Amino acid sequence: MLKENILKAIDKNSKLTTSDLAVMLGAEEEEVVTAIRELEADSIICGYPTLINWDKTEDERVTALIEVKVTPQRGQGFDKIAERIYKFDEVNAVYLMSGGFDLTVIIDGKSMKEVANFVSGRLAPMEAVLSTATHFVLKKYKEHGMTLTHEVEDERMLITP
Amino acid sequence: MRDPLSKKIVTIEPSGIRKFFDIVSEMKDAISLGVGEPDFDTPWHIREEGIYSLEKGRTFYTSNAGIRELREEIARYLARRYNLLYHFNHEIVVTVGGSEAIDIALRAMLDLQDEVLIPQPCFVSYLPCVMLAGGVPVIIDLKEENQFKLTKEELLEHITEKTKILIMPFPNNPTGAVMTREELEEIAQVVKEKDLFVISDEIYSELTYGTKHVSIAQLPGMKERTIVINGFSKAYAMTGWRLGYAAGPEKILTQMLKIHQFAIMCAPTTSQYAAIEAMRNGDEDVERMRDAYDKRRRFLVHELNEMGLSCFEPFGAFYVFPSIKKTGMTSDEFATRLLQEEKVAVVPGTAFGACGEGFLRISYAYSIENLKVALERIRRFVKKYTK
Repeated sequence: MLKENILKAIDKNSKLTTSDLAVMLGAEEEEVVTAIRELEADSIICGYPTLINWDKTEDERVTALIEVKVTPQRGQGFDKIAERIYKFDEVNAVYLMSGGFDLTVIIDGKSMKEVANFVSGRLAPMEAVLSTATHFVLKKYKEHGMTLTHEVEDERMLITP
Repeated sequence: MRDPLSKKIVTIEPSGIRKFFDIVSEMKDAISLGVGEPDFDTPWHIREEGIYSLEKGRTFYTSNAGIRELREEIARYLARRYNLLYHFNHEIVVTVGGSEAIDIALRAMLDLQDEVLIPQPCFVSYLPCVMLAGGVPVIIDLKEENQFKLTKEELLEHITEKTKILIMPFPNNPTGAVMTREELEEIAQVVKEKDLFVISDEIYSELTYGTKHVSIAQLPGMKERTIVINGFSKAYAMTGWRLGYAAGPEKILTQMLKIHQFAIMCAPTTSQYAAIEAMRNGDEDVERMRDAYDKRRRFLVHELNEMGLSCFEPFGAFYVFPSIKKTGMTSDEFATRLLQEEKVAVVPGTAFGACGEGFLRISYAYSIENLKVALERIRRFVKKYTK
């Protein structure tokens, strides 16, 4: 139960300290530290990334979502081909899908050209890949359950009964 | 020219909160822990239902008591959550916030000079509403050593021949106090013996922590002498929609509905449609928000106690009520200086009754990040003024 509560609490804010978490969840700090260590060891907590709105920086980036149809390989299903794809550094995410195609591959590149090169040079030629359809992301509105597009202002009056 | 004003209205003091609000609004870039409303937006599916009702052109009056479907949902909700059985058609009226319900309940039940018992510290409206209804407010000063709960002895002490109504404001704004079933049973016994009626303001009923809210109307023999007041503002973060309700015996509700009919006509239509959605599909939202408040509550209580502002653990609403007596300042002084010197707005306990002297109301309807910044400033301030 404590582990579940810790996960819920840090899902949207991994900057909470263990002492804050302990107070907020009504636990001892040591329990929290132990629980987090176990969650990390079990690969339940897999990392602590930061949600950045790159559109607001000077950094030029493009994100593409690629629908990939593949032939699953005997004895290994889709896992082997997924692994061959996700090992590329430029690949941000890979999901196995139900429906009209098999894998969703999300690529972060510096330019459209870089993404194009990845698709035509690396992804499409793979033996198991039957077809690809590349969609470029124009604007990100929300990620990880958090809105990127507008700053939230507290519009409440300062004092109310 | 003759005096245009009623003698009654000029004797009523403006709310202490109002006074402090005026000071705060002149202070630019102040951060506030002073609000009495959720920081969450109304959940989107509820807002969306309101928008949809507008798109459909549902822009007319509803029946006086409120849309039938909404009253049915309210009846189901009260049964499911608090084991209270009310008939949607004779025993429930949808009002403009809990505030209207308080007003019309008092007006429906009071004759001139009837006394109404008001346990303080409490929400600011009861007292003026009693006076406007021609009643006489009798204040019961609740005590810190009882964690600001009403005791049987305190109640008995204030009952006279003229006492007619007891107001029960739990979970309490501003103290966060809740009353357990056993504690309510003692009160209920006195209420029945002395033949009183209860107006139970349960607007914070969904916001209790580690304990489930008990309505005094649940207790044997109490439903027929209790008006239960509740609403959508706190549970579903819907303050601006202005929607509440009262449930109670048909005899009283019929008269309340009469006042509502003439003064208000009906609660806002858009809000009523949104509220149906809230009742049908809002349980998870309530749980999510309650969970967030609970974390902040623990955090705030811990930090305040650590910096030496002792506060008992509140189990309801979204306020803590720490004592500032050790600083030697009055509540007003503390709040004003904290605002001037550290630009943090909190509400002096005295805004909720004279017995709030020596206390502050601090709201945790803020994100942890906001609370942290504000608490750091309060810590600095307290350190400076503690000998």
